[in-house]
Amino acid sequence: MPAELPSKVRWTREQIAQRAGRELPDGAYVNLGWGIPNLIADYLPDGITVYFHSENGILGMGRRARPGEEDFDLVDAMKVPVTLTPGASFFHQADAHLMTRGGHLDVAVLGAFQVSERGDLANWKVPGTKGVGAIGGAMDIAAGTKRVIVCMEHTTRDGQPKIVRECTYPLTCLECVDTIVTDVAVIDVTERGLLLRDMAPGWSAEDVQELTAARLIR
Amino acid sequence: MRQKVFATLDTAVDGIPDGARIMFGGFGGSGFPNNLIAALVRRGTKEITAISNNCGTREGELSPLFKSGQIRHVIAAFPGPHSFYFQERHAKGEVTIELVPQGILCERMRAAAAGLLGFYTTVGVATEVAVGKEERVLDGKRCILERPIHADYAFIKADKADALGNLTYRLAARNFNPIMAMAATTTIVETEEIVPIGAIAPEIVVTPAIFVHRIVQAEGIRYAS
Repeated sequence: MPAELPSKVRWTREQIAQRAGRELPDGAYVNLGWGIPNLIADYLPDGITVYFHSENGILGMGRRARPGEEDFDLVDAMKVPVTLTPGASFFHQADAHLMTRGGHLDVAVLGAFQVSERGDLANWKVPGTKGVGAIGGAMDIAAGTKRVIVCMEHTTRDGQPKIVRECTYPLTCLECVDTIVTDVAVIDVTERGLLLRDMAPGWSAEDVQELTAARLIR
Repeated sequence: MRQKVFATLDTAVDGIPDGARIMFGGFGGSGFPNNLIAALVRRGTKEITAISNNCGTREGELSPLFKSGQIRHVIAAFPGPHSFYFQERHAKGEVTIELVPQGILCERMRAAAAGLLGFYTTVGVATEVAVGKEERVLDGKRCILERPIHADYAFIKADKADALGNLTYRLAARNFNPIMAMAATTTIVETEEIVPIGAIAPEIVVTPAIFVHRIVQAEGIRYAS
């Protein structure tokens, strides 16, 4: 573990969301998880149209509702009142997850506590904390979506790597993560290993490696 | 004609015995049968097994039933950060929980509705969810056997119901409601509006009348959290 973290500037949560937004192909059906992923809707590149799915049974979810515009029967998976885009549809929760598990969604962007070098995901429970954890839709979404992108800080608050050889937190899903977007880098999970594809300005591959508990390749 | 419309919320929950397994629709504050829940608190039914997405939010949704100590076991996907009464009872060992991935929760209820005895899924393999479940490899993929979730009763929130029991739902208040309506032995519906038979066009019906046994006008709490 590094005694001192490099003092280089990291991407903000908004910048992580913006960088992850560039990974979404035009026309994609996309589910956004809690936390940083939820910010992506506000930071899509110009000229890109994606269709947002919510596991409570909405396809074609629009921006958040403005004050006075809220309808509490129209909320996203985080319970936030939202709007619809033209052509939106409603369906029940079983069909919403048929879309996740059945591979009908193009991309899911999820938060994470840990990702392993094989793409194992841990994002529902922190060991040693009170409470029973919160699976929600994460296991269905991670298991079935064609491409899973994780957005997270590269290290924990006390500097521990979150990209690891083996997850020590309770697992959400084996070998499901395709791409990791952190506050310092973009990394693809490949057959050969973790491929360092992009870095925040001013960061070197060595800097990123120092904060990563699994080996990075170029 | 079979009379399904009940005059009051209290008569609509009549006869529910201690130890009943009850499904509760709702997600994200929307589509919860809050007035039937209040009636069940008044009735005082104990030792309930509750099946719902979450475990109450602040004073609302399932919270009154945890507060009153009527729930003994809960099957849920997401207890929720504000499920204070559940958390308190769970910490004391007064309530047990089975955590189920949300889509698998839906599908296990749908299996019950469809008369299926189970299904294999890759969801939850190698996680805490897989503990104690049969695992096998199908098409080269590790998967686990999931079994149906049955219930004696389902508490449903509809937007419109006719006297036969055909239902529609408002916006995303649909969520778990149509699945639970199909999965329970006795389905009890509180509805914003009771409309004449034929007023819901056949192609608009979301839950067909065959699944519905008791209908009551919703009165009182619309959004509980």
